[in-house]
Amino acid sequence: MLQRLRAFFAERGVLEVETPILSHAGATDPSLGSLTTLWRGSDAPGGQLLYLHTSPELLMKRLLAAGSGPIYQVCKVFRDGERGRRHHPEFSLLEWYRPGWALEALIDEVAALVRRLLERPALGVEIIRFRDLFRERLAVDPWKADASALRAAAESAGLAGCDRLELDRDGWLDLLMSRCLEPELGRGCMTFIRDYPPTQAALARVNPGPPAVALRFELYLDGMELANGFDELTDVHEQSARFEADLEARRIAGLPQPPLDAVFLSALEAGLPSSSGVALGLDRLLMCALGADQIDEVLAFPVERA
Amino acid sequence: MASYKTNEFKGGLKIMLDGDPYTIVENEFVKPGKGQAFNRVKTRNLKTGRVVERTFKSGESVEAADVHETELQYLYNDGELWHFMDPTSFEQLTADEAALGETAKWIKEQDMCSVTLYNGQPISVDPPSFVVLEITETDPGLKGDTSGGGGKPATLETGAVVNVPLFVQTGEMIKVDTRTGSYVSRAKDE
Repeated sequence: MLQRLRAFFAERGVLEVETPILSHAGATDPSLGSLTTLWRGSDAPGGQLLYLHTSPELLMKRLLAAGSGPIYQVCKVFRDGERGRRHHPEFSLLEWYRPGWALEALIDEVAALVRRLLERPALGVEIIRFRDLFRERLAVDPWKADASALRAAAESAGLAGCDRLELDRDGWLDLLMSRCLEPELGRGCMTFIRDYPPTQAALARVNPGPPAVALRFELYLDGMELANGFDELTDVHEQSARFEADLEARRIAGLPQPPLDAVFLSALEAGLPSSSGVALGLDRLLMCALGADQIDEVLAFPVERA
Repeated sequence: MASYKTNEFKGGLKIMLDGDPYTIVENEFVKPGKGQAFNRVKTRNLKTGRVVERTFKSGESVEAADVHETELQYLYNDGELWHFMDPTSFEQLTADEAALGETAKWIKEQDMCSVTLYNGQPISVDPPSFVVLEITETDPGLKGDTSGGGGKPATLETGAVVNVPLFVQTGEMIKVDTRTGSYVSRAKDE
């Protein structure tokens, strides 16, 4: 799979890069936990706290800002607390960036890569807007419904045991997506969901609309999320505001407050070319290739035995 | 009060929900590409045996149930309660009909039972997987039938009724699998 992957990008003139796994800055997204380690060196005799990256995104964007052109990377990333049928605390990620590309072109390229890696040249594509997905399958408008309307949608969809859940709007959207909608996506073709609510923009640019939509997509195959892509946010003020909002949300939730990547912010200030970028989980793609039901089936040594 | 976070969830963990002790049967971690993670959990009520599904936000805490399992020796039934003894401390405990359930029809004095204690009190009692019991009543079988093809009901000394081969007679000791309620074999010695 990796040979075909490298050939694919070589043909298209995308440069393979490597960025550090260890960073002084940690992920700010409140739903991501970073693993940490201590580095002892002459500058840090007592040990400097370093974060294992949850994705190579910020450092790859620093390369883009420095004029790298299109780049890709295959690396292990690390997420604390994630373990399940489709989750493992370390996993293999393919991440790539296309300066000057719009989201549509990147969606096409993702589809072409998946066809090549799975050796399924006839695998089709459907593209559904996030709003249409919720309207058609759950009869709620994710832009307008409040938390209680979303709770009602979860109950009428037959989700058991969520009567005591206290969630905000995005929490309910996440629950509906992962429990009611995701299992039906990507059946017999690749399903791309695009144009997310602005509150779920993460690091994507928001088209002010109206209605405002985050220029973000996810790829689903065999009822499983495989990839997440953005039309990348390049506005340093907006980016700083989102980091601060993340830290505030972490503070309220009692989560650790990782240091921000100040160099990344100054790279944005100096100018990140408008780009589209995407991260794709390779272990899960291998699960699709083999028809595996559990991520452990594609790992030589799951964490419990590593 | 002790509590567990969702990342400690695994099969067999005992937690409190709505004032009742539950055991986790199955725990599934569910997370969208970006955003809130959840634990989808199947739990069994330790009092009623009913299995219910719950969804938790990952990171939530749940009160731990003071539940543990122990081996106790069954002493006697006083007509209302079943009396058990801890064979090492000689402490005696009583269990009611609700805790015994089906188990009542399999055990006799001195059997060792697996007992689930909640706040120090028995809430469920499991019999040994295999018990040897005497047949108190069964129809006489046909002479010469040793094949075991077909069968007949037999009442045992504890009141349980099991299906036995035709050649087994009243007064014999038989071995029974209490998990399925089925006859295994004649008991060799007794």
